[in-house]
Formats: sequence, C-alpha cells, structure tokens
Amino acid sequence: MGYIHSVETMGAVDGPGLRYVVFMQGCPFRCLFCHNPDTWQVLSSHRQSVDTVLADILKYRDFFRFSGGGVTLSGGEPLMQPEFVRALVGELRKAGIHVAIDTCGYVDLNEDIQDIVAQANLFLLDIKHLDNTIHQQLTGKPNDKTLAFLDFLRQKKKHTWIRIVLLPGYNMDDAYTARLIDFLRPYENVDKIELLPYHDKGKIKWQELGLTYQLEHIMPPTQAAVEPIVNRLRQAGYDVLVNM
Amino acid sequence: MFEQLKDNAAWSGFNGGEWQTKIDVVDFIRRNITPYEGDSSFLAGPTERTTALWAEVSELMKKETANNGLLDADVSTPSAIDAYAAGYINKDKEIIVGLQTDAPLKRAIMPYGGYRMVQASCEAYGLKEDEKVKEIFTKYRKTHNEGVFQAYTPEIRACRKSAIITGLPDAYGRGRIIGDYRRVALYGLDALIEEKQAEKASSEHLEMTEKVIREREELSEQILALEAMKRMAASYEIDISKPAKTFKEAVQAVYFGYLAAVKDQNGAAMSLGRVSSFLDIYAERDLKNGVATESELQEIMDDFIIKLRMIRFLRTPEYNELFSGDPVWVTESVGGMGLDGRTMVTKNSFRILHTLNNLGPAPEPNLTVLWSTSLPENFKKFCAKISIDTSSIQYENDDLMRPMFESDDYGIACCVSPMIIGREMQFFGARANLAKALLYAINGGVDERLGMKVVDGFEPITSDVLDYDEVCRKFDAVMTWLARTYVSALNIIHYMHDKYYYEKAQLALMNKDIVRKLGCGIAGFSVVVDSLSAIKYAKVKPIRNEAGIAVDFEIEGDFPKYGNNDDRVDQIGVALVKQFMDKIRQLHTYREAVPTQSILTITSNVVYGKKTGNTPDGRKANVPFAPGANPLHGRDTKGATASLCSVAKLPFEDAKDGISNTFSIIPNSLGKTEDDRIHNLTGLLDGYMFKHGQHLNVNVLNRETLLDAMDHPEKYPQLTIRVSGYAVNFIKLTKAQQQDVISRTFHESL
Repeated sequence: MGYIHSVETMGAVDGPGLRYVVFMQGCPFRCLFCHNPDTWQVLSSHRQSVDTVLADILKYRDFFRFSGGGVTLSGGEPLMQPEFVRALVGELRKAGIHVAIDTCGYVDLNEDIQDIVAQANLFLLDIKHLDNTIHQQLTGKPNDKTLAFLDFLRQKKKHTWIRIVLLPGYNMDDAYTARLIDFLRPYENVDKIELLPYHDKGKIKWQELGLTYQLEHIMPPTQAAVEPIVNRLRQAGYDVLVNM
Repeated sequence: MFEQLKDNAAWSGFNGGEWQTKIDVVDFIRRNITPYEGDSSFLAGPTERTTALWAEVSELMKKETANNGLLDADVSTPSAIDAYAAGYINKDKEIIVGLQTDAPLKRAIMPYGGYRMVQASCEAYGLKEDEKVKEIFTKYRKTHNEGVFQAYTPEIRACRKSAIITGLPDAYGRGRIIGDYRRVALYGLDALIEEKQAEKASSEHLEMTEKVIREREELSEQILALEAMKRMAASYEIDISKPAKTFKEAVQAVYFGYLAAVKDQNGAAMSLGRVSSFLDIYAERDLKNGVATESELQEIMDDFIIKLRMIRFLRTPEYNELFSGDPVWVTESVGGMGLDGRTMVTKNSFRILHTLNNLGPAPEPNLTVLWSTSLPENFKKFCAKISIDTSSIQYENDDLMRPMFESDDYGIACCVSPMIIGREMQFFGARANLAKALLYAINGGVDERLGMKVVDGFEPITSDVLDYDEVCRKFDAVMTWLARTYVSALNIIHYMHDKYYYEKAQLALMNKDIVRKLGCGIAGFSVVVDSLSAIKYAKVKPIRNEAGIAVDFEIEGDFPKYGNNDDRVDQIGVALVKQFMDKIRQLHTYREAVPTQSILTITSNVVYGKKTGNTPDGRKANVPFAPGANPLHGRDTKGATASLCSVAKLPFEDAKDGISNTFSIIPNSLGKTEDDRIHNLTGLLDGYMFKHGQHLNVNVLNRETLLDAMDHPEKYPQLTIRVSGYAVNFIKLTKAQQQDVISRTFHESL
C-alpha cells in the first residue's frame, strides 16, 4: 500500500509529453522553500494499493501514447516508499508505460532502490546545493546521498534531468554556476537541466500547517537574474528549461 | 442547363465528372482537391491594404462598443436580399464587396420573426420606431411570433414562464440552416434557377396534396430569392449568373450567397458551412495558371474574413443575456479527412486560420477544425499553435462524425450541430432545463422559485432523506412529461417558422428533398448528474419551506463528482443522456424531422442558473450551471485529462446534435517551451478525440489577463475567449458572464 497525497492527470511539466503525476506522501528533507509542506509526513489517510493506482493510470494510456508521455512519481519524495514504488514501477514497465521519478535522491542504494533505477526510464533529480553545509541549512540533511545517487544513475546509464531551484543569495552567483558546470561535466547521463526560479506560492500552506516560513526576506528572482545562468548552462552544452 | 455549362471557360482545368451533369459539389471537391501535408511556411503576411482596411473596421467597431454596442440601424427598411443599395467600408480598398445594409455595421430590422423583437430593440437602443413599418407588421402582416403564440398551450406558456424550457426560437429566427453557398461559385445563379424551375415542374402532374402544394410554394420562394441574389450582386456591379472563373470570383460568389442569407434571416446561428477547401481548388488553379500569387490569395481570404467579422443583427438585451457577445455563429468547418482516406486539409485551410494571425484574434467567423488523429501532423501543430496564441478555435471530432454520417461534406451549424451540407437542415430547439425537472420531481411539479404549480399529476417527495430509487422514478415521469411538452412547443414553432419566416435564400441553395432534424437540447446536465450522485452515495436531506417546497438541501458525507473519470458517477450521466433522448424519440415531430439532442448551453448557463433554485448537489440558487457538458466549476479535481475523459464517455449516438466541452488552461501548465505546449495540446486533442469526445473549445489564457481586461477593456479590444461552442470578445460579455468565465475551472498544476 502507498500513501498518496493527490494525482494530476494532466501533468505537462514533469517529464516529456502528457503525464499522470502521482504526488506521494513523505519527504526526508525540510527545504526552506518547499511549496508542498503538506506532503512531508509519510502517513496520511489516503492509502491506496498498487492495483488501484495502476488501474486508474491505465485509463490514460491513449493520452500517453499520443503525446509520448507517461507516469511521473513525485511528491513529497516517492523513494520514501520504496516497496510501493518498486511494485508500481514494475507493473508500469510491464504495461509499456514510460516512468519518470522526481526525487531528491536521499536514499540508501538497497535492493528496492536498485530495482527502481533499473525499471524506470527517467530520473528528475533535484540538486538543492553542491555545498554540503549550505545543503544542510536549506534542507536539514547533508547532500552526500544525493550525490552518490547521481553517481549510481551514471553507472546505470540512466537518463537524468537535473532540477535546480534558483534561490537568490544561495545558488545564483557566477561562481556557483561555474562550479555546477564543472561538477556535472562527467555525468553524460544528464540530458537536461531544469531551472525552477524560487516562488513563494507555498507560503500559504506553511501558515495552514502552523509552520513559520523562514524565507520571508527573499524575493522571487527576476527574469533578468535568471537569464545569465540559462545562457551559461546553454553555452556549456546543456538543454536548459526554465519554469518562469 | 448542364449542356450549356459543359464547355464554359470557368470550368477549364478542372477534372470533369458527375458534378458537371448535376449539382454535386462533393463530387467536384473529390475530383479536384489538392490535399496539403506541408507546413505553414508558405503563408503570406497581411498586405498594407489589408492592415489599413482592418484598422478602419476596427475603428468602427470601437465606436460601436462605445455606443452601447450599436453603431447605426435602419429602422424603416425591413431587410430583404435586395432591399438596400450597395454599401462599402472603403470602396477603393475592398477586394470582396457586400454589406448587409448600405453602410458598415449598420443593422437592419427583420420583422418577420416577430415585430416585438424590432420594438424592443428600438427601445433598448433609443431608436425611434418607424410608424409605417409598425403598421404593416402589426396590422397587415402576421409574423412567426404571433402564429406561435396563437397555437401555444397554457402548459407551454407556464413552462416558458418558469424557465424549465428557455431560449425557444419563438420570437426570432431559428437559424442553424446552412445554405450550400459554394453552389453559387461553381454553377452560377442561372443554372441554379433553372434547376429549381425544373424541380418545380416535376410536380406539375401530381395530385395537389398539401405536401405538393407546399413544395411548389417553397420552390417558388426559392426562385425569387435566387433572382434577388442576382440583383443584389448586380448592385455591386458583379454578375454571379455564371460560374466563377477565378479564386477571387469564387470567394465573392460564396460570400454573396451567404450575404443573401444574412439579409433574409436574423437566425440565431447563421453558419457558413465548409467552404475553405472548396475554394482552395480555385486557388490552386490560379497558382498553376500564374494568375495569382500566394500573397494575393491570402489577401482575398483576409478581406473575406473582414467581411464575415462584420455581420450584425439587431437584437434585444434579453437575447444578449442568452447568447452574449453578439454572436452570429459564422461557423466554418476546416480540415477533416475524406471518405477516401485522403486529408481534406488544403493550403486554404491554413490560409483561413492564418487570418487570426494577420488580423488578430476574433470570435467570428467561428473557426472549427474537424479533427482527426489522421490529420497531417503539420496541420495539427499549426492549429495548436494558433489556439495557444489566440484561443479562437474550436475542435470537433471528424473520426466520430464522418463514419456516422457517412459523409466528408458535413459542416457544423452554430456550435456543435453537424449536418450534411446542402442535404440536411435543422429545426433549432434551444433546451430543456433538466436540473429544474429534477426539482419538479422532488416538489411534485411546483416551481421552486415561483411557487406556482407548473404541471398537475405529480406527487412531491415527502421523506426526510431523499431515496435514490424514488427520486429516479419520479424524475423519469417528469422527464416524460417535459419531453412531450417541449417537443410540442418545437413542433408549433417550426410549423409557424416555415409558414411566416421561411428561409428561402438558404433553402434555394440546398437540395429539394432535404432531411430535417429536430435539434432538442438539455441544460443543467452536470447539476443533475452530481445531484443524483449525492442522493445515491451521500445522504441528502431536503429543507422545505412552510408550503412544503424543498428550497434547499443538506448533504451529509462525500459523493463522487462528475469530471473525475469516475464511473460511479459518470455512468449516471451516460444513462441520463440516453434516457431523455429515448423520450424524445417516441414523440411525433413536425415535418418528419429526425429527433436529436445536444448537451450545449451556449452562455445561457448563467441565465439558467439564475432561474433555478438550490439543487441537491450543493449548488446554490442563482449560481451558474456549468456550460454544455462541462463538469461543475471546481469539482473536477484530478486534472484536465480526467475531466475530458468524463465528458468523452457521453454517448454521441444519443446526442447527435453535439456535446459541448470548454477547456481552459494556463499556458505554463501546458508545457515549459512553446514546442512542448504545441506538442502537448496536440496529444491532448488526439487523446480526447480517440476517446470519442465530440467537441472541445480550447482556451489558453492566464486568469490575470481576464481580470485585467475586466478593469481595462480598452486595452483588450480583440481578446477572444471560447465559451460553450462559440467565441466572444471577452469585453462584450456582461459582468456576470465575465465573472462566470473567470470562476470556471482553469486547469493549472504546480
């Protein structure tokens, strides 16, 4: 059984084509900029079996076929529920459906995870920060597991899109962009970089949950601030997408 | 007649066939069409002339908007095909000529539908009625409206008053008839007149039954209309008695045919048909003969479209409440596939859609793409791009309709009503309010808003909690009564319309023996479906007033809602469509009309909402219904694809007059790049049509744009938005309708 927050049957921004996006409960990180803090806890009342989720997904096969789409497991952090995800991904694979996993990569490389990597078609890996200290500040956890997971994806030659939340004052300066390009150079499995400029639309949810939003002082970046980063990454040969 | 035409120069270069020995536009198209699978790179931009002329027209339209929606009207000359002298916008700049009256945007009166419409329009716009016209149409000449009200029963009047049946064409032109305007270009009027004379002569030796007499009278009217068309064209110094020789002449001839129709009729929907790929045959011939360049062809199309954007009727504000934004439904069906497997997409399909780029977005003509998953990919992408840029296109499922009608020459009348061009017409029937019918089932035929008993013989439900089986039983009985009363009203209306406001111009361009369809319709569909779901899966307690009428409902527990691709509720909807259609099927229809129904509200979903009390699904009184077959606002919570899948389940065979669905999405939710958005919209349309969805309006807009347009209409003169089967200038909607559009589900995902 899996704990599911909600689904979106017409996802068009989480992988190629039209996608059925499953937002799963639970996340190991507590990102300061999180826009879905209501997915942090794994346990929720909305519990579903693999069969139920699969049956619902299969209703949309024609849309996947016509658009070159599929299923994206997102969250929260889908890999917090590895057994469920492993079973679901296995079934989707059997049904010939393209599967993308949107993850922060904070996992142990156990048998479940290895199997998920083998079965899924694409990973959307969030890199919150390359500096471990800052990563700790931003997410509450170190970045070692994420980076190890990226190594594993490379080793398995798994298609990977890197997702980066652009947060003014943290990862938008030239030096960081240069460091990122250097860092990513050996990862030939990375096809694309998606930049997600920080927005504060999640603030309301923090308030609803009685949490204190700590990024009040940070303004969402302007297009002018984002553009040089896009250009540098493109010059470095990357296919860059921006969610502006 | 065909002997004389055989060697005419106008047909040289065309492949010959049966179309040369009888009127058969389909055969002509099949033998001569040049399917186009390429991309849009051949298209030409607007010429200086086009831009200048459009600027002049835009200026006039601005004045019209500023002047309460009316620029000018001629109240002394009842409209007729040749009632006015030639009119121009700017004679030197025009390529395709012809206006409804002698000046641009000047509206005509059309009293044959009912003099009251003229009177009320004059009153609303502060015009002085013409005493002579008034005398003629109140003293000497009976109108359609008078005839209808003489025959109406007290029960029909009560249903009209309570608005369980609304929007009936009993005081205005019914419309939804498409003349085959292409015949004017291909054959010329002399040949068409001769053909009609021969048709009339064919009954000379028959027994003079009522049917034969009527046919002879109608054919005579048609011949008069064709002669009037010739005179109208002659007043513009153009001869349309012979076949068109060039693309320009062909466009002009088609337009004159259409212009005659809109001078003759103030029909609710005056659709154009399927002319673009027909005209392409002339364009291809001109290109081959080197007599026209691409830029010239586009310029002619742009000019044609400018004319179509200027069609106007004088109507009342109440009418505008039902059909807001001054729509005419100059619906043109573009593309589709041929029965022979080739595509019907031509370069001219691209050109007509390209007018939205060259002239900017506009609600008219109502450009309707007949979508097939087999359409050329380039054309699909082009359509998707234009939708994303302009929100001005609607899509209808060619893969569903072509086999069902066994025709690749049907066109859409109004919003979603398919009919074979030149062979079929419709008796438009507005719609019955099923949400109100459900309340009548609960309240024993007493209207929840007026408190009056509309129908006898029904017992109210008296239990504390609504029982699903009891509600269904009583609802079924109410629907039986409603269908009968409704169809009776329609029979009366169409009998009188034929008698007092016969569409001679349009029918002159159709076959003698046509199939008539009775276009019934239902409103409040999703309200009923969700209400029945609530009654079945949750606990619904009626709250009754002192007179015992259930005026509100208390819902305990959750229930599945239509729009989430959940069969528990969607199948209630499927059954409902069939149930009401089966009731209509059993009734006598005037002139052997084939009964059909639509799930379409146009913009009257707002008015219907105002006239319907609280409903068992939790919808409050006055709150608008969802438009057409759409789920109720905000109840489709699983995303757009789930919502589309719910609508696609509704059986077209039980709603052959169309199932309207309006889909609005913010650009960012459709994809991150323009290419992604085009790709994803194309995939979405393919998927929806593959699942048998019949119709889809596509809006790609930000809510903020609409909010800003409400506050600053002057900034958005051409902002177009699709609503239930047609498009409107957003700024021409009433405030209530604007708010309704904005409050509706905009699909967005983070």
